[in-house]
Amino acid sequence: MDKLMRYVFMGCAAVTILSISIIAGYVVANGVPFFAHTDLISFLTGKEWIPSGHIYGIYPMLVASILGTLGAVTIGVVIGISTAIVLVEILPPSLSSWLSKAIDLLAGIPSVVYGFFGLMVIVPLINKTWGGPGAGSSLLAVIFILGIMILPTIIRMTEVSLRAVPKEYKEGALALGATRLQYIFKVQLRAAQSGILAGIILGTGRALGETMAVMLVAGNTALVPDSILSPVRTLTANVALEMSYAMGTHQQALFATGLVLFALIMAINLLMQYILKRAGRN
Amino acid sequence: MQQKSFKETVLYGLLGLATTITLGFLFWILSYVIINGIAHIELSKLTPAIVTTVYMVGIGLGIAVPIGIGAAIYLNEYARPGKFVNAIRFATECLAAVPSIIFGLFGMMFFVKQMGFGWSILSGGLTVSIMILPTVVKTTEEALKTVPLSYREGSLALGATKLSTIMKVVLPSAVPGILTGVVFSTGRIIGETAAIYLTAGMVFRVPQSVMQSGRTLSVHLYVLANEGISISEAYGTAIVLLVVVFVLNLISYAIAGKLSGPK
Repeated sequence: MDKLMRYVFMGCAAVTILSISIIAGYVVANGVPFFAHTDLISFLTGKEWIPSGHIYGIYPMLVASILGTLGAVTIGVVIGISTAIVLVEILPPSLSSWLSKAIDLLAGIPSVVYGFFGLMVIVPLINKTWGGPGAGSSLLAVIFILGIMILPTIIRMTEVSLRAVPKEYKEGALALGATRLQYIFKVQLRAAQSGILAGIILGTGRALGETMAVMLVAGNTALVPDSILSPVRTLTANVALEMSYAMGTHQQALFATGLVLFALIMAINLLMQYILKRAGRN
Repeated sequence: MQQKSFKETVLYGLLGLATTITLGFLFWILSYVIINGIAHIELSKLTPAIVTTVYMVGIGLGIAVPIGIGAAIYLNEYARPGKFVNAIRFATECLAAVPSIIFGLFGMMFFVKQMGFGWSILSGGLTVSIMILPTVVKTTEEALKTVPLSYREGSLALGATKLSTIMKVVLPSAVPGILTGVVFSTGRIIGETAAIYLTAGMVFRVPQSVMQSGRTLSVHLYVLANEGISISEAYGTAIVLLVVVFVLNLISYAIAGKLSGPK
C-alpha cells in the first residue's frame, strides 16, 4: 500500500510534465505545418492579414502586443513600485493592512470586468478627449486597462521582496545618518531588485497573455498602429477572434500565431527563472 | 539642506500620488459597476450562467485538487533532489506562465475535437483544471513545508507508516494552507474567459449534463459587453462577479486568520 501510494503521488507529479508537454506539442504540431505556406520571416514581418485571400502577416499584431505590453508595464512599474513602498515603509501597519486588502480585491477582479469597465468608461473618455480613428478603441485604451490589471502583481512581488530586506540594512543606513527616503531608494530597492524584477517580468507575461479584456477595448483592426489612438489587434485577440470559425490554412495560421505568443511567453519565463536562480545564489 | 528637504517632500508627494492612483482605480471601478448595476441584479435571469459556473468550478477543482495535492505530497514528502524533481518544478513554472488563450487553443483541439467531447462543460472543466494545477501544487507544497518536522518524527516514532503519517498527521495540519489555494483557484476559474470561451462554447441555458455547452458568468459578461444589446444585464452580471470575488477574499482571510491564530 505504501509503495503503491508512492507511485500514485509520483504519477500526480508527472501529470504536470505530461500537461505542458502535450500543450506545447499540440501548439507546435498544429502551428509548424503553416510555415510551408508562409515562411517564418514573412509571417513575422508581413503587414497584411487577409485570411480570405490567404495572406497571413502578423506584424501589426506583434507591434500591438509589444507596444501594449511595454506601455502597461511602464505604468505598472511606476505606480506599482511606489504603492508597494508606501505599503511597506511609510504607512503604519494598521493602515497598510487595509491597503493590502484593497490590493487583494484589485487582484481578484476578473479580467472581463476590467474589459467591460474599459469599454464603458475608458473608451468613451478617450473618444471624447482626443477622438481618433477607432472612436476611443485604441492602443491607449489597451495600455490603460492592462496597466491597471498588472498593478496588483507588481505591487505584491515588490512588497514581498521589500519586506525580505534584512532589518540590519535599515538600522545601518539610518545610523549612518541616511533619511528614510535615502534608505528606501538607495539601499532597500537595490537589495530587493531581483524580486522586483521578477514581479515586473510576471506582470509582463500577464499583459502579453491577456485576451478578453484587451479584445473589448482594442478595436481589433489588423493594421499597424500609426498613433497611440489607433485601434489595434493583439496576438491573443487574433487567435480568439477567428479561432471558432477558422479552417485549414487559416486555422494553422492561428496556431502559428499562438506559437509565436507561446515562444515569447516562454522566453520571458526562462528569463525570470534565470534571474531568480541568480538571486538565490547571491 | 534646504534643497534636500524640498526634494524629499516632492518624493513623498509622488509616492502618495501613486498610492492614491492605485486606490482611486479600485474605487472607480467598484463604484462604477455598483452604481450602474445595483438596480439590475436579477439572479433568476442569470441562473443558466450561475449553474454553468458552478459545474465548471466543480469539474476544475475536482480534477486539479486531488492531482495537485498528490503532486505536492510527492515533491515535499518523497522526492529527493534530482533530475525528475527539477523537471516537475520546471514544468509547473512553465504551466503557470502559459496564457489562458493557449489553454483555450489546446483544449479546443484536444478535448473538443480529438477526444470528441465537443464544446461542452466537460471540455471547459478539463481545460481549466490544467490551468489551475500549478497553483494547487504550489500552494499545497508551501502548506506542507510549514508543517513542523517534529510532527512527522512523532508519528513515525509511534510506529505509524509513512503513508499514514502523511494522511493522518501532515495533511490535516496543512488543510488551511491548501484551502487558501483552493479558494484562489476557484476565483481564477470564475474569472476565466478566453480558455472557457474556446472550449465550452456560449450556449445560454441551464445545462442538463456536462456534455452540453454552457456559458459561465464571465463569458456571459463578455458576450453581453461585446454585443452591446442588453448593457443593463451586463452591469448586473458584473456586480454578481464582484460580489463573488469579495466573498472569496473574505473566506481566504477567515482561513488565514485561523492559520495564524492560537492553536
